[in-house]
Amino acid sequence: MTLSGKAVCIGADIDTDLVIAGRYLRTKDTSVWAEHVFEDLDPSLAPRLKGAVIVAGNNMGCGSSREQAPVAIREAGAVAVIAPSFARIFFRNAINVGLPVIECDGLVCADGSTVMFSMEEGWVEAGGIRYPIRPLSPKMQDILSAGGLVSYWRNR
Amino acid sequence: MSTLSERILGGPAGSYVDRVVDRAFAHDGTGVLAMEAYRQMGNPKPARPETVSIIYDHIAPANTSQTATLQNELRLFAAEMGFALTDIGGGICHQLMSEGRVLPGEVVVGADSHSCTTGALGAFSTGMGATDMAAIWAEGSTWFRVPETISINLTGRLPTWCEAKDIVLTVTGRIGMDGGTYRALEYTGDGATALSMAGRLTLCNMAVECGAKTGLFYADKTTQHYLAHYGHNIQPQKVEEGTYCRELCIDLADAEPVLSVPHRVDTVAPVTEYAGTHLDQVFVGTCTNGRYEDLERFAHIVRGKEVACRTIVVPASRAIMQQAAETGVLTDIIAAGCVVGPPGCGPCLGMHLGVLGEGETALSTANRNFKNRMGVGAKYFLGSVATAAASALKGEITSPEGAI
Repeated sequence: MTLSGKAVCIGADIDTDLVIAGRYLRTKDTSVWAEHVFEDLDPSLAPRLKGAVIVAGNNMGCGSSREQAPVAIREAGAVAVIAPSFARIFFRNAINVGLPVIECDGLVCADGSTVMFSMEEGWVEAGGIRYPIRPLSPKMQDILSAGGLVSYWRNR
Repeated sequence: MSTLSERILGGPAGSYVDRVVDRAFAHDGTGVLAMEAYRQMGNPKPARPETVSIIYDHIAPANTSQTATLQNELRLFAAEMGFALTDIGGGICHQLMSEGRVLPGEVVVGADSHSCTTGALGAFSTGMGATDMAAIWAEGSTWFRVPETISINLTGRLPTWCEAKDIVLTVTGRIGMDGGTYRALEYTGDGATALSMAGRLTLCNMAVECGAKTGLFYADKTTQHYLAHYGHNIQPQKVEEGTYCRELCIDLADAEPVLSVPHRVDTVAPVTEYAGTHLDQVFVGTCTNGRYEDLERFAHIVRGKEVACRTIVVPASRAIMQQAAETGVLTDIIAAGCVVGPPGCGPCLGMHLGVLGEGETALSTANRNFKNRMGVGAKYFLGSVATAAASALKGEITSPEGAI
């Protein structure tokens, strides 16, 4: 399956406090997280995430284990997050909540340009150049294909 | 020959293994989310409820009705599942796990990024998210990718004015915020052996700040003695040479008081470079530096004097607070004009008990100085307990050299 979206480029070492600030965590209402996603990084980002592909730098999602971070990104409508490297808890959390996260080196793309990818075929394409991605482990692939760990567990 | 992580997880670095989780814990923040995931999973019967702890530390006591309501829900859920609940005032989850709930060789998972702390006891201890925690409650096990290991060889002894905190900030500065991603940090050497358990916990606590999955010390005589206090009789772990992806050597004698400069933990500079910077607040506590040894060191420096800026001291657990009360350490801290908060995370995550105002500058003994974390528009430095004490007395960043 090939998916695509407009690139929303963010920097490196984006911590989960910047993805969703601690002050918005005391609720179970996921729409609150979607509304305030990336607020402390750039308040103009949230409305741009519908159908977007987030292209981040190294160490995306470092810091706190808060699962609200990938949920906020997913609920805001982003299709996937691509980065050369992810903080491991964020990476695991994203797969567990059904948000595709893609490890890809050297991706060059302008903010707002179109990014395409196929996780099954193992590539990301931007600006006419195709980049290989690091495959997920078979278990992580299964969890993501199920739509997250809760569905994976229920279906097994 | 294998690393301690490989030995405990039972596979070579890079392999994927399924492992029974010996201890699992969540706090009032992640516990609520894990409870939600667990319900969505259909509320299965927990596999090993006796191994699960729920510990209230993040916003304890509750700050709003909304928080209180969520906490009540989690209390009922924990009782229904048969999970051990430590309610408000018990202390920070990582500290409580280190107080006799984690043993060498165990696999420990906490729904909090600083769950790497109890690697100091020779366990493989790491943080995961709420849904992973829910699955662990249901199955009693989870999958791991066995990490590659960065070996950190500590030699020599620390100067009296330096602490494990200065070492861990130096290590974080050298490795960088993502230099340890997916890896484990293994501390060895005569300098590691000489460190107290409190110091080891400080070092392992911050492993996640360079992206590492955990930090580990081999269980030795210090571990044996420490756990005997909690009624456990353990054997030291044999130190083996493994295959490391990177090796660092640090002579503790070369240590100097350092700070993490806002807003990156890996921007590390000598305290002297920022000496004289005005401080609005000093905070001593957290899972990094809220132990008895820390409070005693702080009290030693402020005893008989008065702090010159708002200073908040939060013991990491009830046992620590009680010990500090019994020995007079707490009295010294209060007499110096500090505010003492209930055992827990305190203002570390900017939710209550000392949130910073816009434009304010603080010095904290915590582990993160991310933008806006402790207060929107504020900036804060991370440093050792001695640096915090010397700085609190002057109301400005001050080197502890000569103060202790």
